[in-house]
Amino acid sequence: MKLWKRLMCTARRRSPWLFHMNSGSCNGCDIEIVAALSPRYDAEQLGVRLEGSPRHADILCVTGPVTQKAVGAVKTVYDQVCGPKAVIAIGSCPATTNVFIDSRTLVGPLDKHIPVDVFVPGCPPRPDAIIAGVAKAAGILAERGNNPPLTEIAIAAAGPAAPKEVQP
Amino acid sequence: MNLITALARLLIFPGLLFAVPAAWFFLWVERKAVALMQQRVGPPFMQPFFDFVKLLGKTTPPRPGIAGALMRAWPLLAVSSAAGAVGLLPVLPSSGGFEGDLILLLALLELPSICIIAAGFSSRSLFGEIGSAREAALSVSYNIVFLLAIVSIATSQRTFRLEALAQMHPSFLTALGIVAIVICLPAKLHINPFSLPNAEQEIYAGPMTEYAGPELAMWELAHGLEWVAGTGLVATLIAPHVTAAWLAGCIFVALAFATVLLLSVLAAATARLAIDSTVRFYWQATLIFAILAISSAILVRFRS
Repeated sequence: MKLWKRLMCTARRRSPWLFHMNSGSCNGCDIEIVAALSPRYDAEQLGVRLEGSPRHADILCVTGPVTQKAVGAVKTVYDQVCGPKAVIAIGSCPATTNVFIDSRTLVGPLDKHIPVDVFVPGCPPRPDAIIAGVAKAAGILAERGNNPPLTEIAIAAAGPAAPKEVQP
Repeated sequence: MNLITALARLLIFPGLLFAVPAAWFFLWVERKAVALMQQRVGPPFMQPFFDFVKLLGKTTPPRPGIAGALMRAWPLLAVSSAAGAVGLLPVLPSSGGFEGDLILLLALLELPSICIIAAGFSSRSLFGEIGSAREAALSVSYNIVFLLAIVSIATSQRTFRLEALAQMHPSFLTALGIVAIVICLPAKLHINPFSLPNAEQEIYAGPMTEYAGPELAMWELAHGLEWVAGTGLVATLIAPHVTAAWLAGCIFVALAFATVLLLSVLAAATARLAIDSTVRFYWQATLIFAILAISSAILVRFRS
């Protein structure tokens, strides 16, 4: 039983499948996610696969500052991902709403709506920072197992910028 | 074939004990070959195994009623029929078999794709239904060629017994049939250029869109076992007849590996065709050769 748990832990760390969700992003971060899977950075070495369906995914990658139109979809897709799951907020937009702060069409940042495990700041972040964030999220998945996510924990994957509370 | 040899073939070699690691190995070879063709490093060796274990540990959404029971049953049926197809392959010399086991093998090879069609419709997902409809259209188009090719080989050898087909002497006619089978394999395994049913990102994940956790793990395993069965069929048909069991096993694995490599390189080098181009390809381009093969097989049989 202990051996099976250790095997499961390793398998979760080594096989993170991503689902990519755009919540009103300018497409900058989305291009960088694709770049992380391209031959130059090759995230498949870590076992990463970009999945077509949220049911298959372990890690939800959200880009964009969460617009009013997108917030319902973000919550639905988060519920559709089967546990154990982790969420990565890619770019400065889901972390702080970035330059769109105080816009009346936004309801961000992301962690007001779903629990976020890893923040990858940057506008856009570099592909290697995204891969570092995925590796960190996979480690969190392996440790957490089937326990529910702790909402207050948020970790910066790369770079010094930590997410701050945004005043509405 | 008595009960003990049948069980040994189903459970040990070339059945489950050999076929499941071979399925993971072939899935890895496919991904690695695609990665090398794109100048990437690609996934580590144990990747399909880790994917399988991880999927077993994931939760599934609650699905009450008949639909949920069906959604759990289809992947298991697909895995067992694909494993049964691998177990029927006459890999080792004088390993038994019975008259007409070729027909059973064809039925078992066809069952996973019928399961996929049913699975997409029973998941009630729009994308699953589109994927299932595509799978059905694809199945209708490649199966004519596939069955005609196998029947032409069987007609030229005058038997439906797999072991006799594995020992046949190579001729131009059988070579034509084997080429036709290889042309049909990418469609049977849903890889490029015929990856229409599970068209990644285009219709989400096709029939598999709603499947999660252990069910998805079983689908991945069924796909791997289909690889072993499809390439294994080609390998047994082209393998030379040897009497030593270990040598026959080694030749089988090497030939199946070569077929996997060929199909993966083809998948990496091509893009997905649209459904009408696919159907046209099989009905117009390859059907002519399949009809030529079967008519010449029948002619040769009447002359001799």
